[in-house]
Amino acid sequence: MSDRERDDHTGIETTGHEWDGIKELDNPLPRWWLWIFYGCIAFAVGYWILMPAWPGLHGYTPGVLKQSARADVVKELKALQIQRGQGEAMLASASLQQIEADPAMQAHALAIGQSVFGDNCASCHGAGGGGAKGYPNLRDDVWLWGGSLEEIEHTLRVGVRSGHADTRMSQMPAFGRDGLLQGAQIADLTEYVVSLSGRPADPAAVARATPLFADNCAACHMPTGVGSREFGAPNLTDREWLNASDRASITSQIQNGRNGVMPTWESRFSPGVIKALAVYIHVNAGGGEPSVAKVETPAP
Amino acid sequence: MTILIDRTRERAPTTGPVSVAERQREKARPKGLYKARTPIYPKLVHGPWRWLKWALLIVMLAIYYITPWIRWDRPGALPDQAVLVDFAGGRFYFFMIQLWPQEVYFITGLLVMAALALFLVTALFGRLWCGYACPQTVWTDLYIHIERLFEGDRNARMRLDAAPLSFDKLWRKVGKHLVWIGIAFGTGGAWIFYFHDAPDLIRTFWVGTAPMTAYVSCAILTFTTYVFAGHMREQVCTYMCPWPRIQGAMLDDQSFQVTYRYDRGEPRGPHKKTETWTGRGDCVDCSQCVVACPMGIDIRKGAQLECINCGLCIDACDEIMDRVERPRGLIAYDTDAAVAARCEGRKPQHRLIRPRTLYYAGALLLVSGLMIQGFRTRETIGVHALRDRNPAYVQLQDGAVRNGYTLKLANHGFETAAVRIRYVGVPGAVLTDPGHPGSGPLVVDLAPNVVTSLRLFVTVPAAAADARAGEAGEDDDDAGQDASFQIISGDDIKVVRTAFDYGSHDR
Ligand code: SF4
Ligand code: SF4
Repeated sequence: MSDRERDDHTGIETTGHEWDGIKELDNPLPRWWLWIFYGCIAFAVGYWILMPAWPGLHGYTPGVLKQSARADVVKELKALQIQRGQGEAMLASASLQQIEADPAMQAHALAIGQSVFGDNCASCHGAGGGGAKGYPNLRDDVWLWGGSLEEIEHTLRVGVRSGHADTRMSQMPAFGRDGLLQGAQIADLTEYVVSLSGRPADPAAVARATPLFADNCAACHMPTGVGSREFGAPNLTDREWLNASDRASITSQIQNGRNGVMPTWESRFSPGVIKALAVYIHVNAGGGEPSVAKVETPAP
Repeated sequence: MTILIDRTRERAPTTGPVSVAERQREKARPKGLYKARTPIYPKLVHGPWRWLKWALLIVMLAIYYITPWIRWDRPGALPDQAVLVDFAGGRFYFFMIQLWPQEVYFITGLLVMAALALFLVTALFGRLWCGYACPQTVWTDLYIHIERLFEGDRNARMRLDAAPLSFDKLWRKVGKHLVWIGIAFGTGGAWIFYFHDAPDLIRTFWVGTAPMTAYVSCAILTFTTYVFAGHMREQVCTYMCPWPRIQGAMLDDQSFQVTYRYDRGEPRGPHKKTETWTGRGDCVDCSQCVVACPMGIDIRKGAQLECINCGLCIDACDEIMDRVERPRGLIAYDTDAAVAARCEGRKPQHRLIRPRTLYYAGALLLVSGLMIQGFRTRETIGVHALRDRNPAYVQLQDGAVRNGYTLKLANHGFETAAVRIRYVGVPGAVLTDPGHPGSGPLVVDLAPNVVTSLRLFVTVPAAAADARAGEAGEDDDDAGQDASFQIISGDDIKVVRTAFDYGSHDR
């Protein structure tokens, strides 16, 4: 390489590259730079030996340290479970009211509740608890079995028609399918139910259905139609409908007597988690009933 | 425009001694794959610039070491350290100021201001920052001083390095490195105090219970200080620091830089006491400016990338000028334009006010104004209102419509703040709060330094909701109505806009 050009100003060889008249000098690298480079090579070799590195036919070389991200995750999960167990134990030992009133415990319960709700309850009740046709809305103030903290917790534990020994059990007969009532009677009852919620209905049909309602429905839905928590019977006089409010849906329900099912969660979740879930549902439903209103003062 | 004067070519054939640095540099010319560091043995100088460097060295180090130990009374469990970067808690404490992660733009603003100030100073006076305030310069200066204490000044050091190993050489070298490492450790150790409560950390550090990050940071800073200030020195500035390359864009021929007054110094050459000064320059080619330079350069070759504007060559040359009885200032802070002007026999004019200095000063003023305004209007209570989306609204059994909100209230202050929360804009709306039972206005105590999260519900009674549904008509899918939360603390009312969703209100 003796024929390489030398820059006469500095006396340093050029690389032979030239850009717009500017020539690149072939200056050597500083020694520290080189040492860092050698250090990196040494580090890489050490890394191959210590850590999983080379792919093979039957997996990879495990490395001297036997490092495994998978094993780390398992370990971390275990640690997390232990850590969560402490939080759950704290919730389990407090009363539902205490949990809800204490900001720190409430926040803890809401966090647990949200994730457990999303995984287990959301498929029926919706991600936000808004419910759907046939699946109760957990955000409003309508509660078939009661909306207090204790009642919500109880429902969570035993479920509805769940197979649990103490399960909640409501039974709407299939009046039409089982031949308990005739088609005309069901049509009249439909009008009656419509009238209960204050909507316009055929007065003649309503009059005909009055004794029918008293004989067949009033035991659960009460003579005035306001429903009963004891039997999990919906209130028929309000504006909220578990299924749907139109006449066809009402007729269908009297005809077929559909009943929903909710699993028991007692076997699946610790008491702490069930409490957290109860608080989560209660808080998101506006704190249940009766809600004490904050008086809104008009703007000054 | 910068006037480039290639002084090397015009230089008279060297009659005087070739400088040691230059000879060494010639020896280290490319032979292998790498280039060894050319040892530089800066000679101690005396004079006003050296004095200023001592003073600034002491001030800078004092600020660095003392700051974490300044206490600042803060209520409750908040840290009582005046300056603290609390990574674990996500807070930055600076005397009476407390910054949250979402306010890092203040720190960004400070950095922008620092950059603009650097640009401005560089445009006016060259690399003053590099010469006097940069940590690399300060610590290197300190290390060179330690070196001098053990090994003596330039000539003694060169002799010692050339000498074979002896007990005298050994203890001087070992002692120097031990003190260096001690200082490096003190540097790394002081750094970690900025991130934890200092009195607590100094105890836990020695008993071994301090956080791992403290040990690791301390080790890294000890290592870098020792290597950068002890071994790499000017190489850090020349090869690793981007600033020397960027500064070229800040400078012009009106920037004050350490300048060899070529017009006055040339032609140079040795001078005997009896000789006349007429017909020659003032430079006696004594190389004192070169041996004093910590960057190992010859300032007489003109402005160079390596020069950090430290002024040590000025002091060195002034001593010589005093000795040969010529006026001081052969090397001085001066501008290229002034040198050029004098070369042409004109009177030099200095212009500190130039378009570029005006830009930088203007930008600096603008950013500082914005920062001051930002601090003045900085909220002590930060509020976010998140409206429930799923479901967006709930119809209650009596026909009332209810919306759910999560209110996040961040108390940036140091004391508990009682705030009153109101919901306005929706007629008849009633605010309820399941976490705080009881009636009357909703008043919440916000603990300092944390975010308080509130679940709130707003219910519009059936009658009002029905009336609204009648008004809105059927083809109105945007059932939302503008509303807002008012957060009242003292005389201060903060308004957070949100909306109330009536949904497909079911009659
Ligand atoms: S040339 Fe002068 S000002 Fe520049 S680094 Fe050297 S001693 Fe400092
Ligand atoms: S110290 Fe002054 S007189 Fe001596 S070589 Fe440098 S510029 Fe010339």
